[in-house]
Amino acid sequence: MPSDEYLEGIYYIQGRDFVDAGVVSSEIKRTLKDKGIPENIIRRVAIIAFEAEVNIISYADQGTIQLFIEPEAITIEAVDIGQGIPDIEQALVEGFSTADDAIREMGFGAGMGLANIKKSSDIFKLASEPGSGTHLTSIIKLNGQ
Amino acid sequence: MRLRLSEIRDLLDAKVITGEDKLDLDITTAFGADLMSDVLAFARSGCLLITGLSNPQSVRTAYALDIAAILVCRGKPLADKFIEIARELSIPILWTRLIMFEVCGRLYQEGLTGCICQASGTEEKHLAK
Repeated sequence: MPSDEYLEGIYYIQGRDFVDAGVVSSEIKRTLKDKGIPENIIRRVAIIAFEAEVNIISYADQGTIQLFIEPEAITIEAVDIGQGIPDIEQALVEGFSTADDAIREMGFGAGMGLANIKKSSDIFKLASEPGSGTHLTSIIKLNGQ
Repeated sequence: MRLRLSEIRDLLDAKVITGEDKLDLDITTAFGADLMSDVLAFARSGCLLITGLSNPQSVRTAYALDIAAILVCRGKPLADKFIEIARELSIPILWTRLIMFEVCGRLYQEGLTGCICQASGTEEKHLAK
């Protein structure tokens, strides 16, 4: 995790709070716009933050998303307390989903989320302990990579 | 080929719900889906999002991707919250009773294209041979 001096914001997310899904990622996007970050980078971060937010709402009891802005990279750390992911490899397969009806009604749960986060990241790390929670790290480099 | 939002409105007998001031916006590409998971994975910025999902998440998805405007099809009812967030995030919303196929057909005929043609990168085990 980057040093605290680069911490731009900590956003709290409540599990099953479907109405507010997307509020945090909208806020992150606004913050990056205010900082003058390039648009293509902002879009990737917004996708990652949105998917991570929807995952916490859908599958965890509660969690946080932290946004770090360093001179050469943006880092999203999504940490939650919840059921965790028993098989990470399987969870990364496009189309694999354990979503329930509430998630699908919202327009999510197609099993694209984690794969999409990975695709949008330059560095992607996912760790989970079933029964306790999940920790996702996504890094987007600012130097044009 | 590009179409103004006002032309899209006329082609689809659509009503303008928000974004009256953005009707001269030029649109060249579109993406149609009800699944926001797929919109986030496949849609591109600047396109028109054609969807039957009229909840706050479709507006927030559009905002995340810099989608130009949303067209709600199949006459789906619009929640107050959906309209409120669209205003807040300045995303124009059009609304039509036409089904998605009809919407896509009419727009394609007028020269709009998909923002991507096909999904790449996905593996399909049934097509292995």
